[in-house]
Amino acid sequence: MSNQCEIRLSGSGGQGLILGGIILAEAALNDGKNAVQSQSYGPEARGGASKAEVIISDNDINYPKVRECDILLSLTQLACDEYLHTLKENGVLVIDESVKTPDRDDIKVYSLPILKTASEKIRKPMVANIVALAVINQITKVTTKESLEGAVLKRVPRGTEDINTNALKEGFNLVNA
Amino acid sequence: MTSTLVENHFRIGKLPHIWCPGCGHGIIMRSIAVAIDELGYDKNDVCVVSGIGCSSRAPGYMDFNTLHTLHGRALAYATGVKMANPDLKVIVITGDGDCAAIGGNHLIHASRRNIDITTVVFNNNIYGMTGGQYSPTTPTGEKGTTAPFGNIDRNFDLCNLAKGAGATYVARSTAYHANMVKQQVKAALENKGFSFVEAVSICPTYYGRKNKKGDAVSMMEYLKNSTVNVKAADKLPKEKLEGKFLVGEFYKSEEPEYTEEYKKIIDSFQKER
Amino acid sequence: MAKNNVKLMQGNEACVEGALAAGMKFFAGYPITPSTEIAEISSLRLPKVGGKFIQMEDEIAGMAAIIGGSLAGLKSMTATSGPGFSLKQENLGYAAIAEVPCVIVNVQRGGPSTGLPTSPAQGDIMQAKWGTHGDHPIIALSPSSVRETFDLTVKAFNFAEKYRTPVILLTDEVIGHMREKIEIPSPDEIEIIDRVQPKSGLEEYKPYEVNEDQLVPDMAPYGGEYRFHVTGLVHDETGFPSNDSNVAESLLNRIMKKIDNNIDDIALYEEYKLEDAEVAIIAYGSTARSAKSAVDMARAEGIKAGLFRPMTIWPFLDKQVTEVSKKVDNVIVAEMNLGQYVIEVERAGNKHTKVSKCCKANGQLITPDEILAKIKEV
Repeated sequence: MSNQCEIRLSGSGGQGLILGGIILAEAALNDGKNAVQSQSYGPEARGGASKAEVIISDNDINYPKVRECDILLSLTQLACDEYLHTLKENGVLVIDESVKTPDRDDIKVYSLPILKTASEKIRKPMVANIVALAVINQITKVTTKESLEGAVLKRVPRGTEDINTNALKEGFNLVNA
Repeated sequence: MTSTLVENHFRIGKLPHIWCPGCGHGIIMRSIAVAIDELGYDKNDVCVVSGIGCSSRAPGYMDFNTLHTLHGRALAYATGVKMANPDLKVIVITGDGDCAAIGGNHLIHASRRNIDITTVVFNNNIYGMTGGQYSPTTPTGEKGTTAPFGNIDRNFDLCNLAKGAGATYVARSTAYHANMVKQQVKAALENKGFSFVEAVSICPTYYGRKNKKGDAVSMMEYLKNSTVNVKAADKLPKEKLEGKFLVGEFYKSEEPEYTEEYKKIIDSFQKER
Repeated sequence: MAKNNVKLMQGNEACVEGALAAGMKFFAGYPITPSTEIAEISSLRLPKVGGKFIQMEDEIAGMAAIIGGSLAGLKSMTATSGPGFSLKQENLGYAAIAEVPCVIVNVQRGGPSTGLPTSPAQGDIMQAKWGTHGDHPIIALSPSSVRETFDLTVKAFNFAEKYRTPVILLTDEVIGHMREKIEIPSPDEIEIIDRVQPKSGLEEYKPYEVNEDQLVPDMAPYGGEYRFHVTGLVHDETGFPSNDSNVAESLLNRIMKKIDNNIDDIALYEEYKLEDAEVAIIAYGSTARSAKSAVDMARAEGIKAGLFRPMTIWPFLDKQVTEVSKKVDNVIVAEMNLGQYVIEVERAGNKHTKVSKCCKANGQLITPDEILAKIKEV
């Protein structure tokens, strides 16, 4: 069980988090691992607090839902407030810089300009999910870089490969900086 | 002596039919068989589908592919048959309760799709099989076993309903006008699209008795005397149309047919290969 | 990189892929959460393989249309959830008595009524068996993973064709919506069963005649060599209605026995760590995933737990459940309802063991911890 990593991607509807979850799970498959992805359905998938969940493991994954997560991404304050309590002790919290750094000293917090990088550097707000995946990957090494790149290029719309490759690069750089 | 028509198009062993003496349904059923015969269709290429009710027993007697389904559902089954095998000539035989009450939703949507099915409604203005309850076509004020004080529902004009929903051939005839039924069914079968033929029938046993319409002969005479052909109606003064109803072809148009449109989608992928 | 046939796939998508692999050529349905993806993907995929999709005006029509499609010779499927499954019941009975092969997928959601449209449940277990009026045969299968959704959809078509009966695939919102790794088997690894057609050139084709060496009557399509009559009324071997009580009795006996006498062929199940178990969990569908975790957690604490996981829900696996009951001191049935499958387990197991239940019907998947707590309690 120790090699099982549970990830919750949260934000608002329309930020592409479900696609982000799918890409992350496919990246894990590219690494030869098992992965399960699930998401919120109904009205919340179209606005408000939205989430996608991914479990990555070397073994079979039985219970398919994420309970307490190892990694939490929150792109909005609302999502962070909603899901922060589900992050395990020693877990990794990745937040957009617009989100207040929470008052928890048992976790590692990375506050980075994810949304700004997408909207100002790449000038495509919709690639914030890809920037975030690169950030998570760079911090946690939950998948290999190559697998993540492969998964991104397989899923994104034709003609947007360059933009998304760029988004990955900028995301990786955010952590190195 | 059985006629060659009966011999060739009916399941002799299943006759005589269960309909009451004086019922108009047998005449309409025969007219459908004559129409198919005159069009020269191969019997194996014809599929007759029905729901539940007096009318819906007809397919059991008819020597084609026949499917006796559930109350109101004939058109939904027929849609599946036609989609699966568009080469079949699909005919739905239904009644006023079957097609306009419990099956009303299927009727308007089959009309809307313009799927190539010919629907013949044996409209006897009553639920006969269950013993004489009022139906969606029982005229306001008339009686049924569930309308002992007179029916306060307004009745459907089935042809207007089918036309409004998108049927591309709409006609009405009666059990008295056997030849007109045949002509209309022929035209309906030749129409590539959803065709709707209302054949007004008579039910002396329930509707007739409940509403003091006299015996079968009087009811037939009523059909003869109370109908005006739609072609003549325009020229007649209003008072001459009082208490009468129209028969004839009401609507005809050419529109894309559903299974042909679907075939285009399939073909577009075959070209791709 | 992952192999080509290894994919991340949703349960509902795997259902369509399984159906296509089994030879589905017709889908008729109506949109309803959480089954809608099955209709959407079918509409996309079917015309590309020469098949057909139609969105009907309601759930009833969807079920009616696939019966029509099957009678005209195409392997047919519909999919639904919640209230939609209730609406299928009328025509489901027709398919049972007229012996029309077809597959009905029910992605179970919280009920009754509109209930919890986007949440999982397993509340339709009894409805799958008794939902339509009158005694009738039924086969219902329940998958626990995306890959198994593929496999059991193939099985559902095979059983439908082999036994000429409607088959229900009882999945749930968790299995239908989750994405998981699936390795799609190659076509030559998949067994496909087709209905037996009557020989050509027969003097007379009786659509419901069963010879001694036959399981079910041969089935001709409409528009083929033979003309025949099909009805939802009690009928004799010619297919025509009859009020004769002997005919009614023999028809009902025959359609019940074709399933009852072949349970061994239809029985699909998994046994997990049952050999030395003292407590057995019985769970199916998504709940079985939690149960498996609970078994491992219990074992780690020294409790000898095991899992019996029926994939065939109906017919009930009496023999296997009885065997399990004889082996253990306690049986716990875990299911996302207030106690349905457990009624059958009690019937089979009560004289051999103590049967209790771990049930929840609030739209949440039962967790491994909840099952573990129950294991410790009994």
